[in-house]
Amino acid sequence: MFRRPNLYTSYEAENKIFPTWTQRGLAAIAIIILFLMPFDLPVISQIPVVRFLGDSNWLRPVSTMFIILVGALGFNLLAGVAGQVSLGHAFFMGVGAYSAAFLGGEGTDAVFGMGLPIWIWLPGAGIGAALVGMLIAPVAVKLRGLYLAIVTLGLVFIGIHMGNTSWGKKFAGDPGLGRSFPTFDIRLWKEEDPLVLMDDDSKWLWFEVSDNQKTYFFVLVIAIIALIVAKNLARSRTGRALQAIRDRDIAAEVMGVSEFKYKVIAFAVSSFFAGVSGAMFASLAGKLPAIEWDLFLSVEFVAIILIGGAGTIAGTVMGTVFVILLPLMIEEMTIWLSEQIDEGGFFSPIANFLLTEGADDFGPISIATQTPGWPLNVFDWNIALYGLLIIVFLIFEPLGLYGIWISIRNYWKGWPFSY
Amino acid sequence: MAESSSSSPLAGIVKSPGLMVLAAIVAAAAVFLLLQAVNDPFTFLQALMKSFGLGAVYALIALGFVLIFKATQVVNFAQGALAMTGALFVSFMVADGHIPFTTIPNPLVNISPSWLGWFLSVLVALAAAAILGLIIERLTIRPMVGEPLFSVAVLTLGLEIFLRVFNNDAVKIQFRSLEVPWGVSGFNIGEAFVAWSYVASMITAAVAFVAVFFFYRSRMGIAMRAVAYDQEAAMAQGINVGRVFAIAWAAGAVLAAIGGIFATQPPVAQTGAVQFETQLIAFRTLPAVILGGLDSVQGALIGGLIIGFAEIMAGQYASGQIDILGAGYPLIVPYVVMIIGLLVRPYGLFGTPEIRRV
Repeated sequence: MFRRPNLYTSYEAENKIFPTWTQRGLAAIAIIILFLMPFDLPVISQIPVVRFLGDSNWLRPVSTMFIILVGALGFNLLAGVAGQVSLGHAFFMGVGAYSAAFLGGEGTDAVFGMGLPIWIWLPGAGIGAALVGMLIAPVAVKLRGLYLAIVTLGLVFIGIHMGNTSWGKKFAGDPGLGRSFPTFDIRLWKEEDPLVLMDDDSKWLWFEVSDNQKTYFFVLVIAIIALIVAKNLARSRTGRALQAIRDRDIAAEVMGVSEFKYKVIAFAVSSFFAGVSGAMFASLAGKLPAIEWDLFLSVEFVAIILIGGAGTIAGTVMGTVFVILLPLMIEEMTIWLSEQIDEGGFFSPIANFLLTEGADDFGPISIATQTPGWPLNVFDWNIALYGLLIIVFLIFEPLGLYGIWISIRNYWKGWPFSY
Repeated sequence: MAESSSSSPLAGIVKSPGLMVLAAIVAAAAVFLLLQAVNDPFTFLQALMKSFGLGAVYALIALGFVLIFKATQVVNFAQGALAMTGALFVSFMVADGHIPFTTIPNPLVNISPSWLGWFLSVLVALAAAAILGLIIERLTIRPMVGEPLFSVAVLTLGLEIFLRVFNNDAVKIQFRSLEVPWGVSGFNIGEAFVAWSYVASMITAAVAFVAVFFFYRSRMGIAMRAVAYDQEAAMAQGINVGRVFAIAWAAGAVLAAIGGIFATQPPVAQTGAVQFETQLIAFRTLPAVILGGLDSVQGALIGGLIIGFAEIMAGQYASGQIDILGAGYPLIVPYVVMIIGLLVRPYGLFGTPEIRRV
């Protein structure tokens, strides 16, 4: 069904999640592929990227990506849509993780834990973080811009320190080792054998599912729910109010948008997403010390929003995929390059230039894992690249990947008159 | 800063309930400290000198923040990385005896009184820090003129991450010593021990603040203040805004490096060596800047001293409660003080309130 691309006859039509049938069809195909990706199916597994990501080694990073996506959607709502720049997202993730551990974890003498099932602890993690977020919101009403960013930065440090205190240890466990978090097992109540056990392989319908695949499906479903909630919130009355506050808060208030009310809503919802994300993050990791919820994690969300494109759901998705998968891609590529050297393949000159093997070789990337001095190893380069990407995107493409996508799309929409 | 002449500070305290609560807390803390001081004057004196020493370090790094913010409206989150880089330059030149990033021996190490050689090496390291500041400004900050302030602040976060990788790589295997000439030695006032490092950092901070005070009255300083007031108008008056930016960043990087060197000295940092924690000191300086007001030079000094005082005194007198407060709690005190202070005065003690228009 062909139509003019920018013609909308009503506000409802323009604000649909997928305005055109092409988009609806593509979205449906994408969801089907995402669900069938982990299996070794005849047709779908032959698509190049899908075959690569659906590989069992990659399911875990992809699961992490969906978990981070949930948190990033929350951060986008707060920073992108409402314009409240917070560096404390890691703190709220931590609050969510320890709420989850309190509700769902195994209690011992050292740590709290009530052993409740997942349908209580996962929403509970969100609600716990949301309550703390609502406490922070009045601060955001009083402070503006960078002052708010720095106060929330302080929250991160205070939050990590709480893991050192005698009462904080009851939640967070040993400061060095951390505590164990509840698993994704689905139970009705505290019974011994759960409905769905995540740890072993089993057979669903016609498919053999491994533990990683089960976890993947679980986080995929949660991420899709989070996407729908975030998108609907952003295009509703609340979302428009938040945008009004972002664009000009005094003008918004003159128009009858209560700044206090909507900032509280923004912080509560954003923290809810962060809490759920943090709980799943901790659950996937199994055991985490409190120091994990640090400034770097917060900056990761800032990077996701900026690289993807602030204020857009599609941009957030693109940013998450890019920021989480790029370091892994680079690691894979380094391994592949070193194989090229060994085999004397076509790319071995490039590999020789980039990699350092042994003492006399000169190249920016070192293969050894622990190297002091100049040739940094690939993990260090990944972190450096992170910082560099933030800088480069801010300077050259402030609208992020979403902006690039829009300009490409507009080029082809207007083709052959693309000027 | 333009003080509002209509109301005295006391009248302001009576008007606002938040200020009254804060005043009560401060008064209670003051009474407690006074009792402690009468009870055991030398312990108090020792802690006081320590707090001034630490406060001076905070004030130095904070001054760098404020200089950059006043000229370019950028909150520089990379200040911590710059501080550590500066300290590392000194370590490369003194402990290794090489010019940074080369194998050329550093001739300054062999100068006969060793403290003179150290001092000259520090000067060279500061020059290197200034050049680093210039490079950063030219490559990353200049293209961002006219962009939203928050974007530039996040850009400096990216810088922080980028520089941190290289800094951490340098101290990955072992911490790097600075070999300060006065070491851990000091002198006694009665039973109170005062390390020379504290005196040195206090003197340096005093010199830096006096220098900045006079700098703001020089031709370049007036240009910088004009740029801070209105970039376009300053440009129309023939001021080279780019040069102002460059000078501000060079000065900010130098001040960060000085702060980093003093933060690494033996009694301030336990080991007396550059390590991962060195760059966290700049994040603890943020409370000092914010408490004093982002755009106020005297705010940086007073904020730094308040934060240093609060941190050391909490470490000295609340250590009985370490179980509840947690190990390392003094490092959190700056943030707590900042949050309380900001709730009462949202733009810091001396900061200019932002004028908001529709």
